[in-house]
Amino acid sequence: MRRKWRELPIAAGMLAPSAVVLGVFVVYPLVRAVQLGHLRCDATGKRCREGGWGQYIDVFRSNEFQHALANTARLALMTVPIGLALGVGLAVLADKQLRGIGFFRTVFASTVATSVAVASLVWFVLLQPEVGVLPDLLHGLIPSLKHPGLLRDPGTALPAVALSSIWASLGFTFIVITAALQGIPRELYESALVDGAGGWMRFTNVTLPMLGPTLLFTSVVLTTRAFQAYGEIALLTGGGPDPERPTQTVPYLIYGQNSLVKNDIGLKSSAAVLLFFVLLVLALVQFRGLDKRVHYAR
Amino acid sequence: MAQVRLEHITKVFGEGDAAVTAVDDVSIQIDDRDFMILLGPSGCGKSTLLRIVAGLEAPTRGEVFIGEKNVNDVIPKLRDVAMVFQSYALYPHKTVQANIEFPLKARGESKADRSAKAKIAAESLGLGTYLDRKPGQLSGGQRQRVALARAIVRQPAVFCMDEPLSNLDAKLRGETRAELVDLHRRLEATILYVTHDQVEAMTMGTRVAVMDRGQLQQIGTPQQVYAKPETVFVARFIGTPPMNVMPLGLFERSEVLVGVRPEHLRVVSDSGVAATVRMVEQLGHETLVICDASGTRVVVRQDADAVVPPVGEEIHLDAGESHRHRFDPTTERRIEA
Amino acid sequence: MQGDTSRRARQVGRYALLIFIAALVLFPIYAALMQALKSGPDAIDHPKSLLPINLTLDTMRSAWRIGDLGRLLLNSVFVAIAVTAGVIVTSLLAAYAFAFLEFPGKGPAFVAFLATLLVPAELTIVVNQRTVDSLGWFNSYQGLIVPLLATTFGTFLVRQVFLTIPKDLNEAAALDGVGHLRFLWEVAAPLSRPTLGALGLFTFLGTWNQYLWPSTIITDDNHRTIQIGLERLKTGDIDKLNLVTAGTMIAALPIFVVLISFQRQLVRGLTAGAVKG
Repeated sequence: MRRKWRELPIAAGMLAPSAVVLGVFVVYPLVRAVQLGHLRCDATGKRCREGGWGQYIDVFRSNEFQHALANTARLALMTVPIGLALGVGLAVLADKQLRGIGFFRTVFASTVATSVAVASLVWFVLLQPEVGVLPDLLHGLIPSLKHPGLLRDPGTALPAVALSSIWASLGFTFIVITAALQGIPRELYESALVDGAGGWMRFTNVTLPMLGPTLLFTSVVLTTRAFQAYGEIALLTGGGPDPERPTQTVPYLIYGQNSLVKNDIGLKSSAAVLLFFVLLVLALVQFRGLDKRVHYAR
Repeated sequence: MAQVRLEHITKVFGEGDAAVTAVDDVSIQIDDRDFMILLGPSGCGKSTLLRIVAGLEAPTRGEVFIGEKNVNDVIPKLRDVAMVFQSYALYPHKTVQANIEFPLKARGESKADRSAKAKIAAESLGLGTYLDRKPGQLSGGQRQRVALARAIVRQPAVFCMDEPLSNLDAKLRGETRAELVDLHRRLEATILYVTHDQVEAMTMGTRVAVMDRGQLQQIGTPQQVYAKPETVFVARFIGTPPMNVMPLGLFERSEVLVGVRPEHLRVVSDSGVAATVRMVEQLGHETLVICDASGTRVVVRQDADAVVPPVGEEIHLDAGESHRHRFDPTTERRIEA
Repeated sequence: MQGDTSRRARQVGRYALLIFIAALVLFPIYAALMQALKSGPDAIDHPKSLLPINLTLDTMRSAWRIGDLGRLLLNSVFVAIAVTAGVIVTSLLAAYAFAFLEFPGKGPAFVAFLATLLVPAELTIVVNQRTVDSLGWFNSYQGLIVPLLATTFGTFLVRQVFLTIPKDLNEAAALDGVGHLRFLWEVAAPLSRPTLGALGLFTFLGTWNQYLWPSTIITDDNHRTIQIGLERLKTGDIDKLNLVTAGTMIAALPIFVVLISFQRQLVRGLTAGAVKG
């Protein structure tokens, strides 16, 4: 018997556990959700009626979805560039063989130990004007910041969420970029040094270009995280403050407390599938857009 | 171009029990337009010394002079030294032209000036048609030339080269050796060149500084180093095959180590040292006869047409007085008769 | 090299910057810790004080009691360990098939695995919710564990390591009559231990941190995990917020300990995919 067929049974056996789990809990839901996405259902999910494939467009165009999409995009625009800049800045800062640098590296990486719940709750309390230290501090620094409490103020709620999110992701970004920095050959820096390039010039001509692929990877991860923001919203603002609901992200729209689509699995599915597409497009755009400037050094 | 002077340079890495002395009180003067080779086995400190001249390491003790200026406290950028690294250190994301222009960009020269100078440097090394390529698209030899072009475009006072030919295959190495010698002549450059390959040292350098374990063994022209090695180490390091340094009493009744080069040993009928032929290597243009003299390996070099003693035969080897090099057994330094 | 004085000055500047930023990064944890260690009355009188005086473990004890944190932590540990073990097993098996076996459809199967990486949890949960419900797995351990038992990431990571094992070893084993499972258990897996360690750590952390899925299927107190259980400490009473902080600090502790112990594996795990771009 040819080798190809001989090993099929055992291969099938070995793949089976993963295949079953992935099939039931990833592939099937994907297919089913797309199907459900054009139905309108009642609370029990038993009785559904055709909404037509146009339902996807309706849901996409709906005020609620657009609103949530805009909020999520705003959140990403705040967390991703700042997160990247901080990650790179700290990694470069800590990339010297100074005494005790290990301590600082551990501190910068430490936020990777926090879960969404832990980080969000820490910031939640920190931002309560009655018991938290930050509102007073920030008011002292920026007097124009209004006082009802950053999370309760429609103008500052989303930036406050962004702040907690940036802090929580800092560890991850720091670790990944530090590792990438260590992959840059020292000789490139030395050559630039001997040729007369100053610190900033070495950074822009050696460090940044060589970090290209890693920055792309991190950017995609951070953007995806922003568009998947659920836990932080649930714990910090519950999507509010009402009535503007500036922190209502798309995942929270689908699964949140006051979710409008909670009871209609058809609408829920179409919103979720739309989110999936948004994520796909974002990843693709980033790969295409940044890939031109990214160098794969081999 | 300029003169480089190293005065009592010592470099120690690490502290206390873990301290390693990479360079131990080395003083070298490199004249203007010298092609000075720092030669030695790996770990001898030659690369460290080179990096000290370039300003990438600071000496623990001692002073570096470029021109007449003490540059101990001068940053690399201002030393006017160009460096070619063993791995070439080309910026993978920049084109060949951008790589070559980079030192000029760092000095703030205008785009037009940079471009013109880069093109000239590239042309002189045969890279004219590769200006738009990236290093990843070039062969090893071409990359090496880009590294060279980047160094010469600056017209520096001194060129520092760290084993630039090690990563090339044998044939390319031979060709590039000749090109480097030619470059040295054309540019009238002062070159400080590090290598572990003594053939490179002998063929390329105007002077050779042999180092071992951080210490300077000998400085001189290639001919001087070959004809009159100062230490047993130099005697054994220079020459292919290396000099036969024989233990006390083997070659002559004396209290010294005697060294004779393989080409100076003659097969004689009765005097000299007794040896058994173990192996014969016929290389075409010459023959190497490898013998065992009371446990010591002795190599004899013969012309291709000379009579070759068969393996296993016992023969006698002798050498003229002028071809014997004597070394003190304790200091391993040369003794003049 | 640069003159010693200006180099010293730059070093001092760098240290100053490092200390400043480290303080900023640690600040939220420090503030939370101070609040968690304040006694009840102290929290009411001086809620915003950051001074480490009059510290007590009372509030943490209360949080432990009121929030039933012991059970929550136990649930989280149990689920995390179960999922970690499961993921390692399924990844080992699937990776073996892709790395050492030949079978028709191997290419498409691999692509299919790849494709599942794209599908976000937010999408699958919509339907998984109903699947799990129909299996009767709401409020159960199975519900929390089974959907997470296989990850494509794990399979790829292990496959990557398996590919570095020389084919000769496998061929020699085949000649000696060693079966695939035995080869996997006695050769392939032991050779991949560091990667398996990183995967295990990674999976443990990921499962421990799960929020969305548990919040979807758990509504009773018996199976609640620590991440979704902390919120219940929010009583709506502003004066009692330090309970929340205290509970959060307790919840954060196990992970800090785990991470400090396994730092190196974590970095290796996180960067396995990253640097490749």
